[in-house]
Amino acid sequence: MSWDEMAPLLWAATGETAQMVGWSTLFTVLFGLPLGVALVVFDRGGLRPLPAVRSVLGFVVNVGRSLPFIVLMIAIIPFTRLLVGVSIGTAAVVVPLTVGAVPFFARLVETALREVSRDVIQAAQAMGAGRLAIVRKVLLPEALPGLIAGLTVTVVALIGYSAMAGTIGGGGLGDLAIRYGYQRFETLLMIVTVVLLVVIVQLIQSLGDVVARRLSHK
Amino acid sequence: MIQASGLRKLYGNTVALDGVDLHVREGEIYGVLGQSGAGKSTLLRCVNLLERPTAGTVTVAGQDLTALPGKELNRARQRIGMIHQHFALLSSRTVAGNVAFPLEVMGVPRAERERRVAELLDVVGLAGRGKDHPARLSGGQKQRVGIARALAGNPAVLLSDEATSALDPATTESILALLKRLNTELGLTILLITHEMHVVKRVCDSVAIMADGRVEESGTIADLIRTPGSRLTREIFPLPEPAPAGSVTLTFTGDPQQPVVSEVVRKFNVDVSILGGSIEDLAGGSVGRLRVSLTGDTAPALDYLRSRGLLVEEAS
Repeated sequence: MSWDEMAPLLWAATGETAQMVGWSTLFTVLFGLPLGVALVVFDRGGLRPLPAVRSVLGFVVNVGRSLPFIVLMIAIIPFTRLLVGVSIGTAAVVVPLTVGAVPFFARLVETALREVSRDVIQAAQAMGAGRLAIVRKVLLPEALPGLIAGLTVTVVALIGYSAMAGTIGGGGLGDLAIRYGYQRFETLLMIVTVVLLVVIVQLIQSLGDVVARRLSHK
Repeated sequence: MIQASGLRKLYGNTVALDGVDLHVREGEIYGVLGQSGAGKSTLLRCVNLLERPTAGTVTVAGQDLTALPGKELNRARQRIGMIHQHFALLSSRTVAGNVAFPLEVMGVPRAERERRVAELLDVVGLAGRGKDHPARLSGGQKQRVGIARALAGNPAVLLSDEATSALDPATTESILALLKRLNTELGLTILLITHEMHVVKRVCDSVAIMADGRVEESGTIADLIRTPGSRLTREIFPLPEPAPAGSVTLTFTGDPQQPVVSEVVRKFNVDVSILGGSIEDLAGGSVGRLRVSLTGDTAPALDYLRSRGLLVEEAS
């Protein structure tokens, strides 16, 4: 296969990966951030201790995290169809990607928020700040570098998950590598795809590191 | 200004506070002195209800905090400043942002906030450092930010949780001087907890000594100094305890220059030998404590010393 043949394939596949990862990242933050905050706030010794609620949330998150992504993807096909009307294609992949990444990201959010010193939270309470103000003005801003680091890890994991999305017709770089590189013995394309994935992951990780460092004033 | 009565706090089976009463008068600096684990930190946290006491009531500026529902408690807390041993500043915010925090919580509009922040930074001697992040400040400067932040809500009361314990001696001096100045100039009532006698000597008008969740002794320093057998006096003045038999310990407040001992020797038929003693500068003035051994016609001599206003403690 020549470069001229490979280029459009690679270009299209990269676009599909970007779309899948982009949308699922957006939804992951949308659902995972509040879930992570809830895990911390409702915990014993949290801002609003609700141990029962916390246990249920913790259980759900653990279930989500114990399923291998490829199993999860197949298992929730009915849910996916309900949500987006179809069960194959790039749009359909965003659903399992989000469902798979939300518990993962929520745990990282929880860890980042726990790093915020108790002293600072108590100081805010002593100043008469309510719970919402403490979450918005203390917990999230103080944990921001950690949250960015967690988001970076999540995006990289999503790129990995998205490679499996080929199995339900999601397309993307992983799909390309399997269909052309593996099944059609196009070794060169396989190598190019792998290099491309490595470069993309490196870029995202470096970007995340730089942003996290710029935001940290420790 | 602060009135706590019958405070008890249990953590499981551990008794942190075992029936503590505290009365802090308006405009004074009140020190709670004790070893770590004595319960003083729990006591301070009970005053603004960061810890809810298991039993007892806390009244600050005439308001019974223990009876307030959440929202009103938060509003009351805005009028109680607090400073912390490890400063507890938000690392994500600048110095100005930290001082603005309580004002944001109170809903003060932005323009007013900026004006007030500049004013507060000026009060604590940090004018011009507003744009720096706390990580770039020294410990003493961080505590100044903490003090500015605590003053933002024009509090009637300032609570200080070991505010100088993480600082070196020179910085401790400057922070204590600042607290004393705020006390004098703004009439700010300060309740501080510390394990350092030095802090009590330097700034406090009144003191409570705590051990094992109880107040062992409390009152104004001037009164305690004049109380025979007071723990405070024994701790401030390092004389060997117990006093040797036959010795007399004299405590004199006021002018340490008055030559009472030589007067006694001239007027009465006694000899005096000095066993030990020192003079300490306390917030209210100098106090001397002298241990002597008298021989001869001691009874009238001791009466004379008492009549001159000295506290005379005879060891049996």
